[in-house]
Amino acid sequence: MQEIRWHGRGGQGAKTVSQILAQINLREGKHVQSFPEYGPERSGAPVRAYNRIATEEILVHSGVYTPDVAVVVDETLLETENPGDGLKADGTLIVNTTCSPDDVRRRTGFEGTVVALNANKIADDAGTGFPNIPMLGAVAAVLGCELQVVEDEVRETMGAKLSSDILDKNLVALRGGYDAAKGVSVGR
Amino acid sequence: MRKVMTGHKAVAEAMRQIEPDVVAVYPITPQSEIAEYYADYVHNGRVRTELVPVESEHSAMSACVGAAAAGGRVMTATASQGLALMVEILYIASSMRLPIVMALANRALSGPINIHCDHSDAYLARDAGAVQIFTESAQEAYDYTLIAQRLAERKGVSLPVIVNLDGFTLTHSVQVVEPLKDEVAKRFVGTYTPNYPLLDVEHPSTWGPFAMPDYYFELKRAQVAGMEAVPEAFLEIQKAYEEETGRKYQGYFEPYRLEDAERALVVMGSTAGTAKVVVDKLRDAGEKVGLLKMWMYRPFPYAAVAEALAGVKQVAVLDRALSFGAYGALYTDLAAAFVHRDQAPALVNYIYGLGGRDTTPEQLTQVFEEMSSVKPDQGLHYIGLRE
Repeated sequence: MQEIRWHGRGGQGAKTVSQILAQINLREGKHVQSFPEYGPERSGAPVRAYNRIATEEILVHSGVYTPDVAVVVDETLLETENPGDGLKADGTLIVNTTCSPDDVRRRTGFEGTVVALNANKIADDAGTGFPNIPMLGAVAAVLGCELQVVEDEVRETMGAKLSSDILDKNLVALRGGYDAAKGVSVGR
Repeated sequence: MRKVMTGHKAVAEAMRQIEPDVVAVYPITPQSEIAEYYADYVHNGRVRTELVPVESEHSAMSACVGAAAAGGRVMTATASQGLALMVEILYIASSMRLPIVMALANRALSGPINIHCDHSDAYLARDAGAVQIFTESAQEAYDYTLIAQRLAERKGVSLPVIVNLDGFTLTHSVQVVEPLKDEVAKRFVGTYTPNYPLLDVEHPSTWGPFAMPDYYFELKRAQVAGMEAVPEAFLEIQKAYEEETGRKYQGYFEPYRLEDAERALVVMGSTAGTAKVVVDKLRDAGEKVGLLKMWMYRPFPYAAVAEALAGVKQVAVLDRALSFGAYGALYTDLAAAFVHRDQAPALVNYIYGLGGRDTTPEQLTQVFEEMSSVKPDQGLHYIGLRE
């Protein structure tokens, strides 16, 4: 079983992409859980969301404390939310940042694999403005998901709500994140 | 088809398939999305239900009572303080033998105010005369909502049924759920023929009468008869569910690796899943441990529980609510189940998970480890509490 922890801020869509990731994994025939950590809900407050992915039925219903992957959607959470906490030594820290992986290691104290990508820029260049979708692409790449499966799910989930123009921009953002993280796969 | 959805959505889907005549509901965390999904179904024409957006849960249950007495198939959903406000009318619903089915998104009662899961709301309604079912997963919450509808409407039972699902842990967590096809679910639930519908003006009947000492007692005894009809109906409807849907639920509770177990947990709700992981791990290490997960909590299946645990040496009963000044309510039931039996395990009572406190596999492993050295009659023990 793999466990993922998302760090974002209220309104950034960390919970949304955590759920889309669960749908992607379901397409792959996996068993999944996706759940946010609920506190006083307000825009801009730090939020966490979690995924579990397994080949067999997932029975455990407790929190995630030692994730295999930690994802930081908002760079300002790097120090305050301690995203390296409990992260497995052979795990991966994926960060939306302009810093280098070494800078991220210095700032978090996490010495394992770091994937650093500028998801804000990827989103801005694509014309969407939200870093959550490129981060979803990056996580999917690290997990070794096939891009086609990821795109199919995003197209189906977001296509119902978005115009085809905005959907296409989101797919560009998704691919941008996926490509930026490709090659750092931790296997499954 | 396997889908991923929250517990909310799973329950709302079951409600959509049941398509009751009336849903009267007031939103409250962590139940709100059930109401929201259902309102969406109503307003998009997917169901022909009359949705009554009431101004409080007291009104929600009151509207349910009126609609059910009129002869409608009626559902609602609530949590915590909402249930507390409903309880006054819930007693009346059960005394009028109205088969109202209700999802209860378990949440701690105030105060201090808290939105997270425990079972204090379910325990508050324990003596209200409603059947209560607990579920481990979104899948179980879905399946038991359908089963509950048939159980509530069974002649001879004719009682409200509460389907408990842990707030947030199940309601807000996306899990794999395999809903039935609409036609399969609808066929299983069937159509509803009310007993003495108020709107049947050709056959006038009296509802909610005044009952003085000369009749009150007998009317309450009749409610007991309704509860007494539940266990047999519960098993029959589970069997019918298996035959019609291929999903097997068998018994008032799920015994998990209990054969030859020397130590066991008794638990209700989502924590049972976490406990299964622990049991599997300890079994792999050669330890004889098991689990009993309650489905049917009211009526309480005393004899069946006692028989299932008869050979176990130590049992830890986990209550997710306090009963101040007493043992936990589930523990008290377990103790009552064994009181006249020669063969009984040593029982110990643990309180866990209040106000959403997480219960981890490590903590449950520790419960198994310390169980044998904990002497009975030492009062309450606590899991994951800072003292």
